[in-house]
Amino acid sequence: MAKVLDALNGALHHCMTTDERVVVLGEDILDPYGGAFKVTKGLSIAYGDRVRTTPVSESAIVGAATGMALRGLRPVAEIMFGDFTTLIADQLINHAAKFATMYGTAVEVPLVVRTPMGGRRGYGPTHSQTLEKLYCGVPGLRVLAPAALGDPGALLTAAILEDSGPVLFVENKILYNTEVLAAGGDGDVACTSVAGRGYAPAHVLTVRHGAAPSLTIASYGYAAELARQALVRLAYEFEIFAELVVVGQLAPCDLSPVAASLRSTGRLLTVEEGSRTLGWGTEIVARSFEDLGPSLRAARRVAMDDVVLPAAAPLELAVLPSVDDIVKAAVEVGTAA
Amino acid sequence: MPQRILGPRPAPAVPPSPPTLESTAPVPDQPSLYRTMYRIRRFEETVLDRFSSGVFHGTTHTYCGQEANAAGVLAGIGNADRPDDGRPAGRQDVVVSNHRCHGHFLAYGGDPRALFAELMGRRTGVCGGRGGSQHLQWRGFYSNGILGGTLPVAVGMALAERDTGRDGVVVAFTGDGALGEGALYESLNLASLWRAPVLFVVENNQVAQTTPIHLALAGDLAARFEAFAIPTRHLDTSDVSEILPVAQELLGELRGGAGPRALVLDTRRFGPHSKGDDPRPADELARMRAERDPLVIAGARLDEAERTAIEATADDEIATAFARALADEPATLDRAALGRTA
Repeated sequence: MAKVLDALNGALHHCMTTDERVVVLGEDILDPYGGAFKVTKGLSIAYGDRVRTTPVSESAIVGAATGMALRGLRPVAEIMFGDFTTLIADQLINHAAKFATMYGTAVEVPLVVRTPMGGRRGYGPTHSQTLEKLYCGVPGLRVLAPAALGDPGALLTAAILEDSGPVLFVENKILYNTEVLAAGGDGDVACTSVAGRGYAPAHVLTVRHGAAPSLTIASYGYAAELARQALVRLAYEFEIFAELVVVGQLAPCDLSPVAASLRSTGRLLTVEEGSRTLGWGTEIVARSFEDLGPSLRAARRVAMDDVVLPAAAPLELAVLPSVDDIVKAAVEVGTAA
Repeated sequence: MPQRILGPRPAPAVPPSPPTLESTAPVPDQPSLYRTMYRIRRFEETVLDRFSSGVFHGTTHTYCGQEANAAGVLAGIGNADRPDDGRPAGRQDVVVSNHRCHGHFLAYGGDPRALFAELMGRRTGVCGGRGGSQHLQWRGFYSNGILGGTLPVAVGMALAERDTGRDGVVVAFTGDGALGEGALYESLNLASLWRAPVLFVVENNQVAQTTPIHLALAGDLAARFEAFAIPTRHLDTSDVSEILPVAQELLGELRGGAGPRALVLDTRRFGPHSKGDDPRPADELARMRAERDPLVIAGARLDEAERTAIEATADDEIATAFARALADEPATLDRAALGRTA
């Protein structure tokens, strides 16, 4: 099976072959290096001038890409570490997202900003964060996050070729080297995809031959991979059968796939790698209460502690959500009155 | 089918050829330049005069005193509806403007009624009432109220114009205040590195909101651009006849593929930063009006009767535009269009 890295790299090649309006820019993306995480590998050899390596100027990278998008190209900008998106916040929030909406004219901003997020690599406090929650409340900006489910390359392709507005495409670093789950699932879990309101499908996972689920676990990105492992353990070790709903679109928030599951389970656990306070899970829990009212019987969030992420491996693992954390929280919420 | 838009892009190794006749717009005559500036002045005076009556909503940043910059620089800029028109007269260039954008918009060819309507929150406004005073878009014109942040966008636009073979150029207006923003320097570096056809125009009105330039700017202004190997012209004038030929020359160099250029225009802002926030001494303001009024300077070259006729026509045009905008329907709320819901 292909890894997520191969799927994303293949999607970039596909987009550049299919549509000459697609251009790629970012730091250190030229071959033979091919980008810090190799997602852009082979592009500069195959597409020459349409692949631009840039100075270390994140704001200008995204600003220039936005200008290209406004004038008919379909740029894909790579920000080497998601932590550096703080440097592009003005361009995303006050320029790209606004141009697409505030003019009230036919202006389109088909911009994709790709960036890796996440820890477990020991890169320390400023190169390991999961910051996408900062961008999930920005009207006009779509935030997507592939998981090792379905077709991560197709999600990127749709963002590049079909979306007329700006997209922040968040790629968890550990996910790059993770095998994509086969369509339909594996021996332990069954996986189906369901359409959301946007073009990113959600994936719904259940343990094969299990009882009707009594808990909904909502997650995205690499955290969903941990949640999938927890799903199996919960069934085999605790006889708790859960339904894991993995969303591909974080913003605009679309609760529908989660809500559909909650209507039968009434119990919610959210799992994310970002820090807990005002995170993605917070929004999902709030919307679930608004949507379901008293029929939502219990809810918990698993997320990173609200701490600065340390570099040392044992410390990093201690503060990031683990499979154990998910299992423990699931047992609590799954048995709460 | 793959779309073939991008052609090969060899870096010009030889000095750029001089601009051809077809690559420049016809040079406006003196009456035409005066008309452009006078319309802006009447528009902005109307805005300031009527703001307190409550017909406008929000804020505004008026251009009085700086009219020669927009008129002189944008005289060589095409605003055709279709960017691929093909005819030189039908060229669509791109103008990136800032918070003080009314003068740029009108000089580019924008409709004063639509601009009044935008300031009034009318459905007929340039952006249907969504943008307000400092967020305008029409044809190749884009303004945004974030200082410096528009400049990397302008560089990207210039690259797109070149790489898609449309051959439009980009004029990016900025001011002395934006020289404090880091995004500006990233943009200069990118523009020079990638030879983007963009003209950076610094309207140096010597004051950023209320802060005089000597409290905000260290070092030499033009040297900032020259440090990035961007050839820079510096004019200290309010005479449109001095600005226009220099701007034409720089735009010609851009169209010839020479890479980015900068034009620093020392100018005077007669009015407040926005509506009433001007702590500058009255005698200083009176002196700059007496010495640096682009309308007085250009008007002196016109025949009295001709000048009066231009003014009467423009007075009527602006008054009519104001009255029509005032009578227009209020803007309507379309939530879905204000952000993505799915």
